[in-house]
Amino acid sequence: MTQQFYVSPEQLMKDRADFARKGIARGRSVVVISCRDGIALVAENPSPSLHKIGEIYDKIAFAAVGKYNEFESLRQAGVRYADVRGYSYDREDVTARGLASVYAQSLGAVFTAEQKPFEVELAVAEVGPTQEADHLYRLTFDGSIADEHGFIVMGGQADKVSEAVAAGWQGELDFAGAIRLALAGLVADKETTTLPVSALEVAVLDRGSESGRGTRRAFRRLEDPDIVALLAEEK
Amino acid sequence: MQETTANRVAANATSSFTEHLQRERPDLMPFGQVPFNQLAGTGHAAHQAAPLQAPHGTTILAMTYAGGVLMAGDRRATMGNVIASRHIEKVFPADQYSVLGIAGTAGIALDITRLFQVELEHYEKIEGTLLSLDGKANRLGAMVRGNLPMAMQGLAVVPLFAGFDRPAGIGRLFSYDVTGGRYEEQEHHAVGSGSMFARGALKKLWRPGLSEEDTVAVAVEALYDAADDDSATGGPDPVRQLWPVVYIVNRSGAFRVPDRDLAAVAGRVIESRAVAQREA
Repeated sequence: MTQQFYVSPEQLMKDRADFARKGIARGRSVVVISCRDGIALVAENPSPSLHKIGEIYDKIAFAAVGKYNEFESLRQAGVRYADVRGYSYDREDVTARGLASVYAQSLGAVFTAEQKPFEVELAVAEVGPTQEADHLYRLTFDGSIADEHGFIVMGGQADKVSEAVAAGWQGELDFAGAIRLALAGLVADKETTTLPVSALEVAVLDRGSESGRGTRRAFRRLEDPDIVALLAEEK
Repeated sequence: MQETTANRVAANATSSFTEHLQRERPDLMPFGQVPFNQLAGTGHAAHQAAPLQAPHGTTILAMTYAGGVLMAGDRRATMGNVIASRHIEKVFPADQYSVLGIAGTAGIALDITRLFQVELEHYEKIEGTLLSLDGKANRLGAMVRGNLPMAMQGLAVVPLFAGFDRPAGIGRLFSYDVTGGRYEEQEHHAVGSGSMFARGALKKLWRPGLSEEDTVAVAVEALYDAADDDSATGGPDPVRQLWPVVYIVNRSGAFRVPDRDLAAVAGRVIESRAVAQREA
């Protein structure tokens, strides 16, 4: 019979956390920025169909870095949670706070109980009627939850990207400005100064979706031509 | 072991909100609940003798036109001989490119509509693409079939579904029976208590290649005729400023015709009938 070595709980948790951190740092970054027009979500993602950014509900979006299968299952669970809640109560009773807390509990449970922790980091964003009412939640692999102000940077060389975004962030940015800022952040850890549009995944939560497009669903995915047109606008 | 885990994951992967609800929260389903004559365990004779009084929605019509498809419904719900509501709305956008109208038991029909709207949005969010128009029509058929036990108790729901088929570039419409049977209709169709009269009117008023404006006028006039002969269908109400609910679906999506336009169209219909001075 093989003898199990004693491993202290501190060491066990540290090993798990290191394992998850390594997995997350291997990928590319995602930037979520709250601005005047709403919330812009920008990811470096060469695949046009395997998304890192997704719609959860009317005003709520999801962004993730790490292992695709793990965050995709969390995204689908989030859509189910939100749709069931909105169907059984009312659409306006679905909030980012409720969703983020469910995510925190699931991630926390997986971190302590499962064979291996999820190698993912999530952002849950909710656009409000005013910029002060925007909510950005960051969820890490161990179930920690943080209420962020202004912007979130996750994955890859997050420190460098975050520095670049922090230097240029201001509340008065429009979508074009916010996406430009996110791009400037995403190239901060690279040799090049630009990224091709085909390597980007961009979506927005439109603050004025009811008045502008006549729909309560604020989430809109920007196709490559949309991004080019938006970036070509006057600064 | 690996095999069974993979099988379990695959079996649980569903893009359907209804399936998820059936599995996780069956209590929230609008149909599929225990019929009430089985609730007490024995079918009480008294229960079966008195049919349940519940508001019923009445006439819905739909027709194709050059750019897509239109659906219109009157604003009345009845309960026996009583008008249960004068301003109920019975035509709804199902998603960006389709609309549905409902006739029959209003309470169940409104919940089926809500479930259907969530079903389409849920699929779109999970899969990242819109369901095909035929796919949507089939899902609605399955929901109507799910309500069959309630329909046998007299609480039937009969929807009418219309949408713009983007690959084909045309508007299409579908009718259903209580068993969930789905039938694609050509040109125009109507359901509900006043449908006979509306269909008769549509036969004379509808022509191929109608413009959007003319289609709205035809729809309002056909509903006027239905209201004329069917007591359960409400006509345009200039006193309360209540007009039919009319949705148009074309290449750019579904939108509701504003009340201002409908008031003008209904005014013209009433005026032309008054001028004609006909009795019947």
